[in-house]
Amino acid sequence: MDVQTWTYIIVLLTFGLYIGIAIWARAGSTKEFYVAGGGVSPLANGLATAADWMSAASFLGMAGLISFNGYDGSVYLMGWTGGYVLLALLLAPYLRKFGKFTVPDFIGDRYYSNVARTIAVICALLVSFTYVAGQMRGVGLVFSRFLEVDINTGVFIGMIIVLFYAVLGGMKGITYTQVAQYCVLIFAFMVPAIFISIQMTGNPIPQFGMGGTVVGESVSLLDKLDGLSTDLGFAEYTNGSKSMIDIFFITAALMVGTAGLPHVIVRFFTVPKVRDARKSAGYALLFIAILYTTAPAIAVFARTNLIETVSNKEYEEMPAWFSKWEKTGLIEYDDKNNDGVIQYVADKNKNELTIDADIMVLANPEIANLPNWVIALVAAGGLAAALSTAAGLLLVISTSISHDLIKKQLKPDISDKGELIAARLSAVVAVCVAGYFGINPPDFVAATVALAFGLAAASFFPAIILGIFNKKMNKEGAVAGMVVGILAMLFYMLKFKFDMFGGGTKEDWWFGISPEGFGTVAMILNFVVSLVISRFTPNPPEDVQELVETIRIPSGAGEAVEH
Amino acid sequence: MDIEKRKKYWKENLGYLAILLTIWFLVSFGFGILLVDQLNTIKLGGFKLGFWFAQQGSIYVFVLLIFIYVRLMNKLDKKYNVNE
Repeated sequence: MDVQTWTYIIVLLTFGLYIGIAIWARAGSTKEFYVAGGGVSPLANGLATAADWMSAASFLGMAGLISFNGYDGSVYLMGWTGGYVLLALLLAPYLRKFGKFTVPDFIGDRYYSNVARTIAVICALLVSFTYVAGQMRGVGLVFSRFLEVDINTGVFIGMIIVLFYAVLGGMKGITYTQVAQYCVLIFAFMVPAIFISIQMTGNPIPQFGMGGTVVGESVSLLDKLDGLSTDLGFAEYTNGSKSMIDIFFITAALMVGTAGLPHVIVRFFTVPKVRDARKSAGYALLFIAILYTTAPAIAVFARTNLIETVSNKEYEEMPAWFSKWEKTGLIEYDDKNNDGVIQYVADKNKNELTIDADIMVLANPEIANLPNWVIALVAAGGLAAALSTAAGLLLVISTSISHDLIKKQLKPDISDKGELIAARLSAVVAVCVAGYFGINPPDFVAATVALAFGLAAASFFPAIILGIFNKKMNKEGAVAGMVVGILAMLFYMLKFKFDMFGGGTKEDWWFGISPEGFGTVAMILNFVVSLVISRFTPNPPEDVQELVETIRIPSGAGEAVEH
Repeated sequence: MDIEKRKKYWKENLGYLAILLTIWFLVSFGFGILLVDQLNTIKLGGFKLGFWFAQQGSIYVFVLLIFIYVRLMNKLDKKYNVNE
């Protein structure tokens, strides 16, 4: 059977599965809609969190990024996993004990202030919308490449599927579809990786194969790749070219941003007990680590394979995948010296081949000549990754509107049933907006993803940490800290990414820190401002200090959800 | 629960956090970034050690750290009788 038939079969099977689960797990109350009734087992929550977290970017984009950046790509690997240690140790157990529905709930109650709550809502919306547009685009890409439908039709189909289970099932439906989606995506990621690892190094475990010896040669794979890279004028694969300070700050910003992302945090509200929150963070990272330790291996395999396949080879003799991707514009060949041979080198004036990093995972099975069903599986995995993350984000958006804005501020006397209808309606609106951005992507999507992490790092993370670990932190300190953090982040991003406030180039970066890494600086600013201001303003009221005491003690989390 | 006991529970918790987060910092920011060039002179199989920590080792340690934390805290909760 050809790739397209296989893709139709596998994609239809998995979509049928998601819809079946959604019908089975309908939400009947706001508590079920927001936090799946608070009764999800730690294992299921770990699986769901992993799928929630791993987006189209993790599944499709990351291995490609690492492939082209070598050691510099480590920022994503450490950044997007290390954040879970912070989440597990510093946030999840306490927020679970606090036991409400959303992050703005915590900020608003802990800082006894609707101003703080509103800032948190705006941040949550900004972060989630930025993210969700990228997911919808990912869905469209997979559809257009593998099912040969128009990219917009792809986005539209994705919207309908997400709409169906997010609106019907809320958190409950999302949780159990995410469990299924994790299984699909990890299977789809591992199968080609294992195949290629055996092909190239004879070792079936990609994590070991990456450090293994090339089949039929006596040189280790990484040494060989270092050699190939330097021969073509690229930086040594294992050394990279970013400055140490920038690597340090980007890693920190991604870690802290991860721990501050509302759609991840909210998953820990769904388990029954504090100890379950800790444990499910462990499971989540374990399941994430399976993909995140395989991705760098795929990166090495793909890079080596790519260079060996294309470098100094006749253009006419390129395999079929080459021309297929050329049609999409994601591979471009420009025969500058008219010799019909592909020169793939670092020197921009001589290089004749440009390859979009995003296609590495999708093209990898084809480059390695794997069977058609494996290629189809990767497409289904990419869709699972994009849809699961999109659903999690849409839930945060709808909850922010129906719960944090309507119930908590505009219309406190709304009935549970009314709130549930509001939640479903906001989910519908959110899906439509996300779909719109998926079809008409703003050109700044890539730049704004860095902004999403920076904002989460600069706003939520310090406010939550101080709210738990500093009993005397008051609303003046927290609000001032968040505002300064957010403004600093926005300023730096607008200046260096959008050329406002005088603009600037790489040479003008403060201390050589890129906008991606500036979230760390903004976070530190937030901490400093909060601590200083809180010393000169009144202590928080007694009942708030008592609240802090209670969230530090695990017992009694069960009852906390009830009100 | 009386205030003294609460304070002691919290202090022990903070002690665990300090140790675990030090290890967290060491394997990622330490071995994977700050000391990467020095460690890269050592080889672990086909890997340079610093590179291995940055792309593999730190992630394994992160997973372990959380499960160790879960065990430590479950014990601590029992000791202070605040488990559920």
